[in-house]
Amino acid sequence: MLASLAFWAFSGVAILSALMVVIARSPVRSVMFLILSFISAAGLFVLLGAEFLAMLLIVVYVGAVAVLFLFVVMMLDVDFAELSAGFAENIPLGALVAVVLAVELLMIGLTWESAPQAAALRAAVTPDGLSNVEALGTLLYDDYIYFFQAAGLVLLVAMIGAIVLTLRHKPHVRRQNVADQVQRRAEDAVELIDIKPGQGIGE
Amino acid sequence: MEIGLGHYLAVAGIMFTIGVFGIFVNRKNVIIILMSIELILLSVNINLVAFSSFGEDLVGQVFAMFVLTVAAAEAAVGLAILVVYFRNRGNIAVEDVNMMKG
Repeated sequence: MLASLAFWAFSGVAILSALMVVIARSPVRSVMFLILSFISAAGLFVLLGAEFLAMLLIVVYVGAVAVLFLFVVMMLDVDFAELSAGFAENIPLGALVAVVLAVELLMIGLTWESAPQAAALRAAVTPDGLSNVEALGTLLYDDYIYFFQAAGLVLLVAMIGAIVLTLRHKPHVRRQNVADQVQRRAEDAVELIDIKPGQGIGE
Repeated sequence: MEIGLGHYLAVAGIMFTIGVFGIFVNRKNVIIILMSIELILLSVNINLVAFSSFGEDLVGQVFAMFVLTVAAAEAAVGLAILVVYFRNRGNIAVEDVNMMKG
C-alpha cells in the first residue's frame, strides 16, 4: 500500500516536473525542474529495487550533469525571452507529434506480451540473498568488464573533447613553460661578482 | 491497486513523449533541447530498470548504467560545443547553425 502510494507520488512529480522543464520560461527554472525530475526517477528506481542506479542517478545527474547545465545557463549571456519567442506557434506541431507518439507507444503497450521462453533466456538472473550493489558489482566486474572499460573510454574521450573544444589561450596571459624551466641552468641565471670593499659595482 | 510493469512503462512512455514534445516546442533554445534529450534518455533508463526488476534479470541495470555514461558524455560535449558556438556568434539561436552549409 505504502509502496503503491510512493509510486504514484514519485511518478506524478516526475511527469509534472518533466513537463515544467519543457514549458518553463527561464532555463534556470528548467534546470531546477530537471533536477526534481531526476530525483523522482531515482525514487522510482528505489521502488524497483535498483538502489545502486538510484544513487548513481543522483550523484551523476544531479551532482554533475544538472550542475553543468546550470553553469552553462548562467555563464552564457543570452536573451532567453527572445529564444522562446516562437514557443506558441510551435505548440500545435509539437502536440501533434507527441500525440502520435503517445498513441503508438500505447498501441505497443496494449498488445505487447512476454514470450513464453523469455524466462529461460535471461542472461543474468537476479541472485537471491545478495544486495543490489553486490549483485550488480559481481556481474559488472566479472562478465561485463570489457564493456565497463569501454564506458570509461567513452568518458575519457568526452572529457578530452570538452577540454579541447573550450580551451583557449589568451595572448596577453603569460603561461608556464615547463621545458624552459627545466632547461634553465644556474650559470645562465646567476652571475657572481666579487666586489672589492669601497668600489661598488662598476658598469 | 498493485503496481505492475505496465505502470512503470506508462510513466516512461509519458516522459519520452514529453521529451520529444520539448524538442519540437523549443526549437530555438539549444539548452532546453539538450535537457529534453536527457529526459528521453531518463525514460529509456526507467524502461530498462523496470524490465530488469520485473523480469529478474540484472543485465538491464548494467545496460542502464551504460546509457547513463553515454548521456553524461553527451551532455558534456554538447554543452562544450554550445559554449564554443556562443563565443563565436554571441548567441545560441539554433537556426543560424546552417552557416557552414556549402
